[in-house]
Amino acid sequence: MSGASRKTWLDHWLLRAAIPIAIGAVAMGCWELLVHVKEIPEYILPAPSVIGKTLVAEWDSLSAVWLVTLQTMFASLGLAVVGGVLLAMLFSVSRLLEISLFPHAVVLQVTPLIAIAPLIMVWLGDYPFLVLLLCAFIVSFFPILSNTVVGLKSADHNLGDLMRLYRASPWQRLRFLLVPTALPYFLAGLKIAANLALVGAVVGEFVVGPGGDKTGLASTILESSFRLDIAKMFAALALISATGIAAYLATHALSQLLLGAWHESAVRRDA
Amino acid sequence: MPTPETVADSRETAVEMVGVEKRFANGTLALQSLNLGIDRGSFNCFVGPSGCGKSTALRIIAGLTSVTSGEVHWSGSAIRNGQHEVGFVFQEPTLMPWRRVRDNVRLPLQLRGVSRADSKDAVDEALELVGLADFARAYPRELSGGMKMRVSIARALVTKPDILLMDEPFAALDEMTRFKLNDDLLRLWQERRWTVVFVTHSVYESVYLANRVVVMAPRPGRVVDLVQVDAPHPRDDSFRRSSEYADCCSRVSRSLAESMPEGIK
Repeated sequence: MSGASRKTWLDHWLLRAAIPIAIGAVAMGCWELLVHVKEIPEYILPAPSVIGKTLVAEWDSLSAVWLVTLQTMFASLGLAVVGGVLLAMLFSVSRLLEISLFPHAVVLQVTPLIAIAPLIMVWLGDYPFLVLLLCAFIVSFFPILSNTVVGLKSADHNLGDLMRLYRASPWQRLRFLLVPTALPYFLAGLKIAANLALVGAVVGEFVVGPGGDKTGLASTILESSFRLDIAKMFAALALISATGIAAYLATHALSQLLLGAWHESAVRRDA
Repeated sequence: MPTPETVADSRETAVEMVGVEKRFANGTLALQSLNLGIDRGSFNCFVGPSGCGKSTALRIIAGLTSVTSGEVHWSGSAIRNGQHEVGFVFQEPTLMPWRRVRDNVRLPLQLRGVSRADSKDAVDEALELVGLADFARAYPRELSGGMKMRVSIARALVTKPDILLMDEPFAALDEMTRFKLNDDLLRLWQERRWTVVFVTHSVYESVYLANRVVVMAPRPGRVVDLVQVDAPHPRDDSFRRSSEYADCCSRVSRSLAESMPEGIK
């Protein structure tokens, strides 16, 4: 069957990476060509080759600010994981806690971060890193909390009965039933949260502006736009994209590692 | 060594339900004054339409559901942590998809704090009993429906319970697989002499398996007939063609039909 054979060669991982990369390369080639043929000035649209050169030439300053963005992202994601999972566990123990606190978590989530950020700046302006951390935490916290809450509630009720039949302690119930049940939900939340942490960190940097002593990639973008250094702007943008892609791939790999053997979302099936 | 029949004949009661009544929070009377003794070593089938309280009765024996009034008396069975040693098999295999077959079977022992090394022999033996020794390292998703059910039975047996409670365990399986599992279950029961309470909605399955069929009716849930099936074990396909089998089946069917509320008959 041609359908079956097509499926096998399309499923090869090397090809699955190569095809999108090739399409990206073609698009960059067209971009490069367009800039040269139309003689578009560098302060409107720099060619990819110019952006690449800028990335290398400005690496020292770019990598330093990139590190700041990464720090914010990882610190806030770590806080979101710890906070989200702990709160979800508390909710699963106490219904009262859940109905009193969950709506407030929702309010925090549905209010656009960009609208709250200036307020955070007013309150915590003296501590720019705290502003960044809080911005990134607010957006990345919720998907972890809500997914873990659903996951902890999704345990098979017959397995719950089995736990009662054998007199499992609350700790055993959590460890042997609730945590494994919630794991796929948590990992789906983590995938979203990792990228939202990056978004939150960048939004926070825009609000704090280039003034602080430690500034991230967004400050570089702002600064470069003031100076019409569009090539450096693109270079910073490329680093943000690369970070997002890396975060996605890393969380995807973690899911495969933890769920690959048993969960429907990660199991490879024969055609 | 006494055979199951002689044990059953000696009429030693393993569990007795006295005036057991269960009313659910929504007002439904699931069980109305149930008086029933379960003889040690006997194979009992509860048969009846949905809503007759057969599963509720089973869950009450297991301690998973409380009674509204009445009592459950036990005699001479091992007690652990204030709980009687029972094995329970659900209608679905109810396995943990993230655990390999042998770790699913090991779960009841693990919950009691038995180490992996100390539980190895019991797990191997239980898997051997249900014929799945070669699949110890498989994940549940790699098994067929019948094999998953066998794992579920092995898990119920791993603690060596003296009473085995089964809640429509083979209802979701195809007929060929069900027949095979029925025969395997009877063979195990003859070897091990547990007390079995088996819930089913199939008249034919109940008569094939049981020493005694407990016929139940709904609204309110109650026992309407007790049918003794005296055919000796081991039973095989020839029993299905015997006149005794046909007689028992027709008596159970008649009791079920007569007990149906007007308008449903």
